[in-house]
Amino acid sequence: MTTPAIEGWFSTGAEPALLGSSCTECGNIAFPPERDFCKNPVCSGETFEIRELSRRGTVWSYTDAQYQPPPPYVATSDPYVPFALAAVELPEGLVVLGQLATGFGVGDVKVGSAVELVVEAIYTDEVGERTMWKWRPVETTDEEGRA
Amino acid sequence: MSTDVAIAGVGMHPWGKWGHSFVKYGVAAARTALADAGIPWADVELVVGGETVRNGYGGYVAGSTFAQALGWNGARVATSYAACATGAQALDTARSRILAGQCDVALVVGADTTPKGFLAPNAGERWDDPDWLRFRLMGMTNPGYFALYARRRMDLFGATQEDFAQVKVKNARHGLSNPNARYRKEVSAQDVLNSAIVSDPLHLLDICATSDGGAAVVLTSMDYARKHGLGQGGADPVRVRAISTVTPTFPQTVLDMPLFSTESTNVAGTPERTFKESLADAAYEEAGLAPEDVDVAEVYDLSTALELDWIEDLGLCKRGEAEQLLRAGDTTIGGRIPVNPSGGLACFGEAVPAQALAQVCELTWQLRGQAEGRQVDGARVGITANQGLFGHGSSVIVSR
Repeated sequence: MTTPAIEGWFSTGAEPALLGSSCTECGNIAFPPERDFCKNPVCSGETFEIRELSRRGTVWSYTDAQYQPPPPYVATSDPYVPFALAAVELPEGLVVLGQLATGFGVGDVKVGSAVELVVEAIYTDEVGERTMWKWRPVETTDEEGRA
Repeated sequence: MSTDVAIAGVGMHPWGKWGHSFVKYGVAAARTALADAGIPWADVELVVGGETVRNGYGGYVAGSTFAQALGWNGARVATSYAACATGAQALDTARSRILAGQCDVALVVGADTTPKGFLAPNAGERWDDPDWLRFRLMGMTNPGYFALYARRRMDLFGATQEDFAQVKVKNARHGLSNPNARYRKEVSAQDVLNSAIVSDPLHLLDICATSDGGAAVVLTSMDYARKHGLGQGGADPVRVRAISTVTPTFPQTVLDMPLFSTESTNVAGTPERTFKESLADAAYEEAGLAPEDVDVAEVYDLSTALELDWIEDLGLCKRGEAEQLLRAGDTTIGGRIPVNPSGGLACFGEAVPAQALAQVCELTWQLRGQAEGRQVDGARVGITANQGLFGHGSSVIVSR
Protein backbone atom coordinates (compact mmCIF):
# COMPACT_ATOMS: atom_id res chain seq x y z
CA MET A 1 0.00 0.00 0.00
CA THR A 2 1.23 3.50 -0.86
CA THR A 3 0.37 6.32 1.53
CA PRO A 4 1.66 9.85 2.17
CA ALA A 5 4.48 10.06 4.73
CA ILE A 6 2.38 12.69 6.45
CA GLU A 7 -1.42 12.74 6.36
CA GLY A 8 -3.37 15.73 5.06
CA TRP A 9 -0.52 17.84 3.73
CA PHE A 10 -0.72 16.98 0.02
CA SER A 11 -3.02 15.31 -2.47
CA THR A 12 -1.84 12.34 -4.52
CA GLY A 13 -4.01 12.26 -7.65
CA ALA A 14 -2.93 12.70 -11.25
CA GLU A 15 -2.19 16.35 -10.51
CA PRO A 16 -0.93 16.29 -6.93
CA ALA A 17 -0.85 19.50 -4.90
CA LEU A 18 -0.01 20.80 -1.43
CA LEU A 19 -3.04 21.18 0.85
CA GLY A 20 -3.01 24.62 2.44
CA SER A 21 -5.49 26.22 4.78
CA SER A 22 -7.44 29.40 4.23
CA CYS A 23 -8.74 31.24 7.30
CA THR A 24 -12.51 31.62 7.03
CA GLU A 25 -12.29 35.04 8.71
CA CYS A 26 -9.37 36.82 7.03
CA GLY A 27 -8.42 34.56 4.13
CA ASN A 28 -4.83 34.05 5.32
CA ILE A 29 -3.30 31.09 3.53
CA ALA A 30 -1.00 28.76 5.42
CA PHE A 31 1.03 25.65 4.79
CA PRO A 32 1.28 23.21 6.54
CA PRO A 33 -2.50 23.58 6.90
CA GLU A 34 -3.43 25.53 10.02
CA ARG A 35 -5.71 23.64 12.39
CA ASP A 36 -5.83 25.74 15.54
CA PHE A 37 -5.17 29.47 15.33
CA CYS A 38 -4.85 31.89 12.43
CA LYS A 39 -1.33 33.35 12.54
CA ASN A 40 -2.44 36.75 11.24
CA PRO A 41 -2.01 38.97 14.33
CA VAL A 42 -5.11 41.05 13.53
CA CYS A 43 -7.31 37.97 13.16
CA SER A 44 -8.53 35.55 15.81
CA GLY A 45 -9.94 33.01 13.35
CA GLU A 46 -10.03 29.38 14.42
CA THR A 47 -11.76 27.77 11.45
CA PHE A 48 -10.15 26.95 8.15
CA GLU A 49 -10.95 25.65 4.72
CA ILE A 50 -8.50 23.26 3.13
CA ARG A 51 -7.56 24.12 -0.45
CA GLU A 52 -5.04 22.94 -2.98
CA LEU A 53 -2.13 25.33 -3.52
CA SER A 54 -0.63 26.05 -6.94
CA ARG A 55 1.35 23.12 -8.30
CA ARG A 56 3.86 25.43 -9.97
CA GLY A 57 6.21 27.95 -8.45
CA THR A 58 9.65 29.50 -8.82
CA VAL A 59 12.81 28.55 -6.98
CA TRP A 60 13.63 30.87 -4.04
CA SER A 61 16.86 28.97 -3.38
CA TYR A 62 18.30 25.47 -3.52
CA THR A 63 20.98 23.20 -2.08
CA ASP A 64 21.76 19.52 -1.56
CA ALA A 65 22.75 17.10 1.19
CA GLN A 66 26.14 15.58 0.39
CA TYR A 67 26.22 13.71 3.71
CA GLN A 68 23.47 11.44 4.99
CA PRO A 69 21.31 13.44 7.43
CA PRO A 70 20.94 12.02 10.96
CA PRO A 71 17.77 10.16 12.09
CA PRO A 72 14.82 10.56 11.98
CA TYR A 73 15.81 10.89 8.29
CA VAL A 74 15.30 7.50 6.63
CA ALA A 75 17.84 6.70 3.94
CA THR A 76 16.34 5.53 0.66
CA SER A 77 19.43 3.66 -0.48
CA ASP A 78 22.58 1.99 0.81
CA PRO A 79 25.11 3.37 0.10
CA TYR A 80 23.67 6.82 0.58
CA VAL A 81 22.94 8.84 -2.56
CA PRO A 82 22.88 12.65 -2.10
CA PHE A 83 19.65 14.49 -2.91
CA ALA A 84 18.90 18.12 -3.70
CA LEU A 85 16.40 20.48 -2.07
CA ALA A 86 14.61 23.59 -3.25
CA ALA A 87 12.63 26.30 -1.46
CA VAL A 88 9.87 27.29 -3.86
CA GLU A 89 7.82 30.50 -4.01
CA LEU A 90 4.19 29.84 -4.81
CA PRO A 91 1.76 32.36 -6.33
CA GLU A 92 -0.13 32.28 -2.99
CA GLY A 93 2.74 34.31 -1.49
CA LEU A 94 4.59 31.69 0.51
CA VAL A 95 7.73 29.59 0.16
CA VAL A 96 7.66 25.81 0.62
CA LEU A 97 10.69 23.57 0.93
CA GLY A 98 10.96 20.13 -0.62
CA GLN A 99 13.47 17.77 -2.17
CA LEU A 100 14.07 18.03 -5.89
CA ALA A 101 12.61 15.08 -7.81
CA THR A 102 14.87 12.04 -8.08
CA GLY A 103 17.51 12.48 -10.76
CA PHE A 104 17.70 16.28 -10.46
CA GLY A 105 20.52 18.18 -8.76
CA VAL A 106 21.62 21.72 -7.99
CA GLY A 107 22.88 22.09 -11.55
CA ASP A 108 19.32 21.82 -12.87
CA VAL A 109 17.88 24.96 -11.25
CA LYS A 110 18.66 28.62 -10.56
CA VAL A 111 16.96 31.18 -8.31
CA GLY A 112 13.81 31.96 -10.31
CA SER A 113 13.59 28.63 -12.17
CA ALA A 114 10.12 27.18 -12.70
CA VAL A 115 9.31 23.92 -10.88
CA GLU A 116 6.26 21.73 -10.51
CA LEU A 117 5.08 19.54 -7.64
CA VAL A 118 5.32 15.76 -8.02
CA VAL A 119 4.86 12.92 -5.52
CA GLU A 120 7.49 10.20 -5.06
CA ALA A 121 8.06 7.26 -2.71
CA ILE A 122 10.69 8.08 -0.05
CA TYR A 123 10.82 5.00 2.21
CA THR A 124 8.93 1.89 3.22
CA ASP A 125 7.73 1.23 6.77
CA GLU A 126 5.37 -1.28 8.44
CA VAL A 127 2.41 0.32 6.63
CA GLY A 128 4.05 0.11 3.22
CA GLU A 129 5.51 2.57 0.77
CA ARG A 130 5.48 6.18 1.97
CA THR A 131 5.34 9.17 -0.38
CA MET A 132 6.33 12.84 -0.20
CA TRP A 133 5.96 15.90 -2.38
CA LYS A 134 9.00 16.93 -4.39
CA TRP A 135 9.81 19.71 -6.85
CA ARG A 136 10.56 18.84 -10.47
CA PRO A 137 12.24 21.38 -12.75
CA VAL A 138 9.98 22.44 -15.61
CA GLU A 139 11.37 22.90 -19.11
CA THR A 140 10.99 26.53 -20.09
CA THR A 141 11.50 27.78 -23.61
CA ASP A 142 11.84 31.49 -22.77
CA GLU A 143 14.06 33.42 -20.40
CA GLU A 144 11.33 33.58 -17.77
CA GLY A 145 12.51 30.54 -15.95
CA ARG A 146 16.13 31.66 -15.84
CA ALA A 147 15.59 35.10 -14.33
CA MET B 1 16.00 58.74 32.49
CA SER B 2 19.01 56.84 31.29
CA THR B 3 18.35 53.22 30.45
CA ASP B 4 22.06 52.40 30.44
CA VAL B 5 23.62 49.79 32.68
CA ALA B 6 27.34 49.25 33.23
CA ILE B 7 29.31 46.21 32.15
CA ALA B 8 31.41 45.84 35.27
CA GLY B 9 33.14 42.62 34.32
CA VAL B 10 33.35 39.98 31.62
CA GLY B 11 34.89 36.53 31.52
CA MET B 12 35.02 33.38 29.45
CA HIS B 13 36.12 29.79 29.69
CA PRO B 14 37.97 28.97 26.44
CA TRP B 15 35.88 27.27 23.75
CA GLY B 16 36.86 23.72 22.77
CA LYS B 17 35.83 20.10 23.14
CA TRP B 18 36.92 19.65 26.71
CA GLY B 19 34.50 16.92 27.71
CA HIS B 20 33.56 18.47 31.07
CA SER B 21 30.19 19.44 32.51
CA PHE B 22 28.85 22.82 31.39
CA VAL B 23 28.84 23.83 35.07
CA LYS B 24 32.63 23.88 35.11
CA TYR B 25 32.78 26.29 32.15
CA GLY B 26 30.06 28.51 33.60
CA VAL B 27 31.69 28.77 37.01
CA ALA B 28 35.11 29.50 35.48
CA ALA B 29 33.60 32.25 33.31
CA ALA B 30 31.64 33.67 36.28
CA ARG B 31 34.70 33.79 38.55
CA THR B 32 36.74 35.45 35.80
CA ALA B 33 34.02 38.06 35.23
CA LEU B 34 33.65 38.77 38.96
CA ALA B 35 37.42 39.15 39.32
CA ASP B 36 37.43 41.44 36.28
CA ALA B 37 34.74 43.57 37.95
CA GLY B 38 36.44 43.47 41.36
CA ILE B 39 33.09 42.49 42.85
CA PRO B 40 32.90 39.63 45.37
CA TRP B 41 30.40 36.85 44.69
CA ALA B 42 28.71 37.65 47.99
CA ASP B 43 27.63 41.03 46.58
CA VAL B 44 25.80 39.55 43.57
CA GLU B 45 22.05 40.02 44.03
CA LEU B 46 20.76 38.27 40.91
CA VAL B 47 22.05 35.34 38.87
CA VAL B 48 20.60 34.77 35.42
CA GLY B 49 21.50 31.52 33.69
CA GLY B 50 21.23 30.89 29.96
CA GLU B 51 19.87 27.43 29.22
CA THR B 52 19.47 25.17 26.23
CA VAL B 53 16.79 22.60 25.48
CA ARG B 54 18.88 20.87 22.85
CA ASN B 55 19.28 17.14 23.33
CA GLY B 56 16.35 17.14 25.68
CA TYR B 57 18.32 18.25 28.66
CA GLY B 58 16.22 21.29 29.37
CA GLY B 59 16.20 22.06 33.07
CA TYR B 60 19.75 20.87 33.64
CA VAL B 61 21.08 24.31 32.83
CA ALA B 62 19.56 26.99 35.02
CA GLY B 63 20.50 30.10 36.94
CA SER B 64 20.32 28.09 40.15
CA THR B 65 22.81 25.55 38.78
CA PHE B 66 25.47 28.24 38.68
CA ALA B 67 24.32 29.88 41.92
CA GLN B 68 24.63 26.58 43.76
CA ALA B 69 28.01 25.79 42.19
CA LEU B 70 29.35 29.16 43.31
CA GLY B 71 27.92 28.51 46.79
CA TRP B 72 24.47 29.73 47.82
CA ASN B 73 24.66 33.43 48.60
CA GLY B 74 20.95 34.17 48.79
CA ALA B 75 20.82 35.88 45.39
CA ARG B 76 17.65 35.69 43.35
CA VAL B 77 17.80 33.55 40.23
CA ALA B 78 16.28 33.58 36.76
CA THR B 79 16.72 31.29 33.78
CA SER B 80 16.46 32.25 30.13
CA TYR B 81 15.88 30.24 27.02
CA ALA B 82 15.94 31.94 23.62
CA ALA B 83 17.91 29.48 21.45
CA CYS B 84 21.00 31.28 20.05
CA ALA B 85 19.80 34.54 21.61
CA THR B 86 19.66 33.00 25.09
CA GLY B 87 22.59 35.02 26.43
CA ALA B 88 21.13 38.31 25.25
CA GLN B 89 17.74 37.54 26.73
CA ALA B 90 19.44 36.64 30.02
CA LEU B 91 21.28 39.96 29.88
CA ASP B 92 17.98 41.74 29.22
CA THR B 93 16.42 40.09 32.28
CA ALA B 94 19.32 41.27 34.44
CA ARG B 95 19.15 44.77 32.98
CA SER B 96 15.40 45.04 33.64
CA ARG B 97 15.78 44.29 37.33
CA ILE B 98 18.64 46.77 37.63
CA LEU B 99 16.74 49.51 35.80
CA ALA B 100 13.68 48.85 37.96
CA GLY B 101 15.86 49.65 40.94
CA GLN B 102 15.44 46.16 42.35
CA CYS B 103 19.13 45.30 42.38
CA ASP B 104 22.52 46.84 41.68
CA VAL B 105 24.66 43.84 40.76
CA ALA B 106 23.68 40.96 38.48
CA LEU B 107 25.71 38.05 37.15
CA VAL B 108 24.70 36.56 33.79
CA VAL B 109 26.15 33.15 32.87
CA GLY B 110 25.82 30.92 29.83
CA ALA B 111 27.64 27.63 29.27
CA ASP B 112 27.24 24.48 27.24
CA THR B 113 28.67 21.08 26.45
CA THR B 114 27.87 20.01 22.88
CA PRO B 115 27.72 16.74 20.98
CA LYS B 116 29.66 16.01 17.79
CA GLY B 117 28.36 16.39 14.24
CA PHE B 118 24.99 17.64 12.99
CA LEU B 119 22.69 18.99 15.66
CA ALA B 120 19.92 16.38 15.50
CA PRO B 121 16.39 16.75 16.90
CA ASN B 122 15.11 15.19 20.12
CA ALA B 123 14.45 11.45 20.15
CA GLY B 124 11.07 9.77 19.70
CA GLU B 125 8.40 10.05 17.01
CA ARG B 126 7.15 13.62 17.09
CA TRP B 127 4.86 14.20 14.13
CA ASP B 128 3.77 17.66 15.31
CA ASP B 129 7.31 18.99 15.79
CA PRO B 130 8.71 20.80 12.72
CA ASP B 131 12.26 20.24 13.98
CA TRP B 132 11.67 16.47 13.84
CA LEU B 133 9.62 16.54 10.65
CA ARG B 134 12.18 18.44 8.58
CA PHE B 135 14.64 15.59 9.11
CA ARG B 136 12.09 12.83 8.67
CA LEU B 137 10.28 14.17 5.62
CA MET B 138 13.11 15.82 3.68
CA GLY B 139 16.45 15.34 5.40
CA MET B 140 16.84 19.09 5.92
CA THR B 141 19.84 19.84 8.19
CA ASN B 142 20.97 23.16 9.66
CA PRO B 143 23.73 23.55 7.03
CA GLY B 144 20.98 23.05 4.45
CA TYR B 145 19.37 26.32 5.56
CA PHE B 146 22.72 28.14 5.60
CA ALA B 147 23.29 26.86 2.06
CA LEU B 148 19.93 28.22 0.83
CA TYR B 149 20.88 31.70 2.05
CA ALA B 150 24.37 31.38 0.56
CA ARG B 151 23.05 30.27 -2.83
CA ARG B 152 20.71 33.26 -3.00
CA ARG B 153 23.70 35.58 -2.56
CA MET B 154 25.40 33.84 -5.49
CA ASP B 155 22.44 33.90 -7.86
CA LEU B 156 21.16 37.38 -6.91
CA PHE B 157 24.30 39.35 -6.02
CA GLY B 158 27.11 37.52 -7.83
CA ALA B 159 28.79 36.22 -4.68
CA THR B 160 31.26 33.38 -5.23
CA GLN B 161 32.46 30.44 -3.18
CA GLU B 162 35.82 32.24 -3.14
CA ASP B 163 34.11 35.18 -1.37
CA PHE B 164 32.72 32.84 1.26
CA ALA B 165 36.16 31.30 1.68
CA GLN B 166 37.65 34.77 2.19
CA VAL B 167 35.30 35.34 5.15
CA LYS B 168 36.84 32.25 6.75
CA VAL B 169 40.36 33.43 5.90
CA LYS B 170 39.65 36.80 7.54
CA ASN B 171 38.04 35.37 10.67
CA ALA B 172 40.74 32.72 11.09
CA ARG B 173 43.33 35.51 11.03
CA HIS B 174 41.33 37.63 13.49
CA GLY B 175 41.13 34.80 15.99
CA LEU B 176 44.79 33.78 15.83
CA SER B 177 45.76 35.40 19.12
CA ASN B 178 42.41 35.18 20.89
CA PRO B 179 43.07 33.04 23.98
CA ASN B 180 39.42 31.97 24.19
CA ALA B 181 39.12 30.81 20.57
CA ARG B 182 39.04 27.08 19.86
CA TYR B 183 40.65 27.28 16.41
CA ARG B 184 43.76 29.44 16.19
CA LYS B 185 45.27 28.60 12.85
CA GLU B 186 45.60 30.43 9.54
CA VAL B 187 43.29 29.04 6.86
CA SER B 188 43.78 29.70 3.15
CA ALA B 189 40.96 30.15 0.65
CA GLN B 190 42.25 26.99 -1.02
CA ASP B 191 41.89 25.07 2.26
CA VAL B 192 38.23 26.06 2.35
CA LEU B 193 37.61 25.28 -1.31
CA ASN B 194 39.41 21.94 -0.98
CA SER B 195 37.29 20.86 1.99
CA ALA B 196 34.30 18.65 1.26
CA ILE B 197 31.03 20.22 0.18
CA VAL B 198 28.44 19.60 2.91
CA SER B 199 25.46 21.37 1.37
CA ASP B 200 26.12 23.04 -1.96
CA PRO B 201 27.55 25.72 -2.20
CA LEU B 202 29.01 25.48 1.31
CA HIS B 203 32.17 23.56 2.15
CA LEU B 204 32.94 21.99 5.50
CA LEU B 205 35.16 24.95 6.44
CA ASP B 206 32.37 27.42 5.62
CA ILE B 207 30.25 25.97 8.43
CA CYS B 208 30.84 26.52 12.12
CA ALA B 209 31.44 23.67 14.52
CA THR B 210 29.71 23.09 17.86
CA SER B 211 31.83 23.69 20.94
CA ASP B 212 31.95 23.57 24.71
CA GLY B 213 32.37 26.96 26.32
CA GLY B 214 31.21 29.41 28.92
CA ALA B 215 30.81 33.18 29.10
CA ALA B 216 29.71 35.55 31.85
CA VAL B 217 28.92 39.24 32.22
CA VAL B 218 28.58 41.23 35.45
CA LEU B 219 26.10 44.10 35.06
CA THR B 220 25.65 46.91 37.56
CA SER B 221 23.58 50.06 37.77
CA MET B 222 25.38 53.21 36.58
CA ASP B 223 25.14 54.55 40.15
CA TYR B 224 26.86 51.50 41.59
CA ALA B 225 29.56 51.72 38.91
CA ARG B 226 30.25 55.37 39.74
CA LYS B 227 30.25 54.83 43.51
CA HIS B 228 32.68 51.94 43.23
CA GLY B 229 34.90 53.60 40.61
CA LEU B 230 34.35 50.83 38.08
CA GLY B 231 35.99 51.33 34.71
CA GLN B 232 39.65 51.55 33.82
CA GLY B 233 41.95 54.38 34.85
CA GLY B 234 39.11 56.73 35.71
CA ALA B 235 37.38 56.15 32.36
CA ASP B 236 33.69 55.34 32.30
CA PRO B 237 32.81 51.67 32.13
CA VAL B 238 31.45 50.17 28.93
CA ARG B 239 27.69 50.59 28.92
CA VAL B 240 24.87 48.51 27.51
CA ARG B 241 22.91 50.91 25.30
CA ALA B 242 20.41 48.51 23.76
CA ILE B 243 19.29 44.89 23.93
CA SER B 244 16.90 43.99 21.16
CA THR B 245 15.13 40.65 21.39
CA VAL B 246 12.16 41.43 19.15
CA THR B 247 10.19 38.62 17.52
CA PRO B 248 9.37 38.54 13.79
CA THR B 249 6.53 40.59 12.32
CA PHE B 250 3.83 38.70 10.42
CA PRO B 251 4.26 37.48 7.81
CA GLN B 252 7.72 35.97 8.32
CA THR B 253 8.79 35.80 4.67
CA VAL B 254 12.31 34.38 5.01
CA LEU B 255 12.47 30.58 5.27
CA ASP B 256 13.59 30.00 8.80
CA MET B 257 15.20 27.01 10.50
CA PRO B 258 13.59 24.53 11.39
CA LEU B 259 10.49 25.30 9.30
CA PHE B 260 9.78 24.18 5.75
CA SER B 261 7.53 27.04 4.77
CA THR B 262 7.14 30.77 5.23
CA GLU B 263 4.02 32.67 6.17
CA SER B 264 1.98 33.91 3.24
CA THR B 265 1.92 37.54 2.10
CA ASN B 266 -1.56 37.07 0.59
CA VAL B 267 -3.39 39.02 3.31
CA ALA B 268 -0.87 41.34 4.94
CA GLY B 269 1.66 41.91 2.13
CA THR B 270 5.43 41.93 2.62
CA PRO B 271 6.61 43.54 5.87
CA GLU B 272 8.89 46.57 5.71
CA ARG B 273 11.77 44.68 7.31
CA THR B 274 12.87 41.07 7.49
CA PHE B 275 13.21 39.56 10.96
CA LYS B 276 16.98 40.01 11.02
CA GLU B 277 16.70 43.61 9.83
CA SER B 278 14.13 44.33 12.53
CA LEU B 279 16.42 42.93 15.26
CA ALA B 280 19.08 45.52 14.40
CA ASP B 281 16.60 48.29 13.74
CA ALA B 282 15.09 47.92 17.20
CA ALA B 283 18.57 48.00 18.76
CA TYR B 284 19.53 51.19 16.92
CA GLU B 285 16.28 52.84 17.92
CA GLU B 286 16.71 51.90 21.57
CA ALA B 287 20.30 53.18 21.62
CA GLY B 288 19.53 56.33 19.65
CA LEU B 289 22.34 55.37 17.30
CA ALA B 290 22.62 54.59 13.59
CA PRO B 291 24.71 52.16 11.53
CA GLU B 292 27.18 54.99 10.74
CA ASP B 293 28.00 55.21 14.47
CA VAL B 294 29.18 51.60 14.69
CA ASP B 295 32.93 50.93 14.93
CA VAL B 296 32.93 47.16 15.32
CA ALA B 297 30.44 44.29 14.95
CA GLU B 298 30.25 40.72 16.24
CA VAL B 299 27.76 38.79 14.11
CA TYR B 300 26.58 35.18 14.06
CA ASP B 301 28.61 33.52 11.30
CA LEU B 302 27.03 30.08 11.55
CA SER B 303 28.28 29.98 7.98
CA THR B 304 30.74 32.26 6.19
CA ALA B 305 28.01 33.47 3.82
CA LEU B 306 25.72 34.33 6.72
CA GLU B 307 28.24 36.91 7.94
CA LEU B 308 27.66 38.75 4.65
CA ASP B 309 23.88 38.67 5.19
CA TRP B 310 24.29 40.10 8.69
CA ILE B 311 26.47 42.98 7.51
CA GLU B 312 23.56 44.10 5.34
CA ASP B 313 20.91 43.33 7.97
CA LEU B 314 22.80 45.65 10.36
CA GLY B 315 22.73 48.40 7.75
CA LEU B 316 26.54 48.53 7.52
CA CYS B 317 26.13 48.56 3.72
CA LYS B 318 23.32 48.28 1.18
CA ARG B 319 21.71 44.93 0.31
CA GLY B 320 23.94 42.99 -2.06
CA GLU B 321 27.10 44.99 -1.31
CA ALA B 322 28.67 42.99 1.52
CA GLU B 323 31.01 41.17 -0.89
CA GLN B 324 32.40 44.55 -1.98
CA LEU B 325 33.18 45.44 1.65
CA LEU B 326 34.83 42.07 2.15
CA ARG B 327 36.92 42.32 -1.02
CA ALA B 328 38.02 45.87 -0.14
CA GLY B 329 39.19 44.71 3.30
CA ASP B 330 36.65 46.97 5.03
CA THR B 331 35.53 44.19 7.38
CA THR B 332 39.08 43.20 8.36
CA ILE B 333 40.70 44.66 11.50
CA GLY B 334 42.22 47.94 10.31
CA GLY B 335 39.41 48.40 7.78
CA ARG B 336 36.41 50.73 7.86
CA ILE B 337 34.07 48.46 9.86
CA PRO B 338 35.78 45.35 11.26
CA VAL B 339 33.42 42.39 11.62
CA ASN B 340 34.08 39.52 14.03
CA PRO B 341 37.45 40.67 15.40
CA SER B 342 37.16 37.80 17.92
CA GLY B 343 37.40 35.36 15.03
CA GLY B 344 33.66 34.75 15.22
CA LEU B 345 32.00 31.36 15.22
CA ALA B 346 34.55 30.37 12.59
CA CYS B 347 37.19 30.30 15.35
CA PHE B 348 34.92 29.42 18.27
CA GLY B 349 32.27 26.99 17.12
CA GLU B 350 28.87 27.47 18.64
CA ALA B 351 28.15 26.98 22.35
CA VAL B 352 24.52 28.05 22.14
CA PRO B 353 23.60 29.53 25.55
CA ALA B 354 27.02 31.16 25.92
CA GLN B 355 27.49 32.56 22.44
CA ALA B 356 25.48 35.80 22.63
CA LEU B 357 27.32 36.59 25.89
CA ALA B 358 30.66 35.81 24.26
CA GLN B 359 29.85 38.46 21.65
CA VAL B 360 29.30 41.01 24.43
CA CYS B 361 32.53 39.95 26.18
CA GLU B 362 34.48 40.57 22.98
CA LEU B 363 32.96 44.00 22.38
CA THR B 364 33.69 44.97 25.98
CA TRP B 365 37.36 44.09 25.55
CA GLN B 366 37.39 45.94 22.22
CA LEU B 367 35.88 49.10 23.71
CA ARG B 368 38.25 49.00 26.67
CA GLY B 369 41.22 48.62 24.33
CA GLN B 370 42.09 45.23 25.87
CA ALA B 371 41.69 42.99 22.80
CA GLU B 372 45.32 42.12 22.55
CA GLY B 373 46.45 41.10 19.08
CA ARG B 374 43.05 41.84 17.54
CA GLN B 375 42.30 45.37 18.72
CA VAL B 376 40.06 47.62 16.62
CA ASP B 377 41.72 51.00 17.19
CA GLY B 378 39.55 53.62 18.85
CA ALA B 379 36.39 51.51 18.94
CA ARG B 380 33.67 53.31 20.92
CA VAL B 381 30.44 51.70 19.67
CA GLY B 382 29.90 48.00 19.03
CA ILE B 383 26.93 45.94 17.92
CA THR B 384 26.16 42.21 18.10
CA ALA B 385 23.64 40.18 16.14
CA ASN B 386 22.37 36.64 16.16
CA GLN B 387 19.35 34.58 15.27
CA GLY B 388 18.24 31.21 16.52
CA LEU B 389 15.31 28.84 16.23
CA PHE B 390 11.66 29.62 16.89
CA GLY B 391 11.64 33.39 16.31
CA HIS B 392 14.47 34.09 18.73
CA GLY B 393 17.17 36.60 17.91
CA SER B 394 19.06 39.47 19.46
CA SER B 395 21.12 42.53 18.84
CA VAL B 396 23.06 44.26 21.61
CA ILE B 397 24.69 47.68 21.35
CA VAL B 398 27.44 48.72 23.75
CA SER B 399 29.39 51.95 23.90
CA ARG B 400 31.72 53.91 26.11
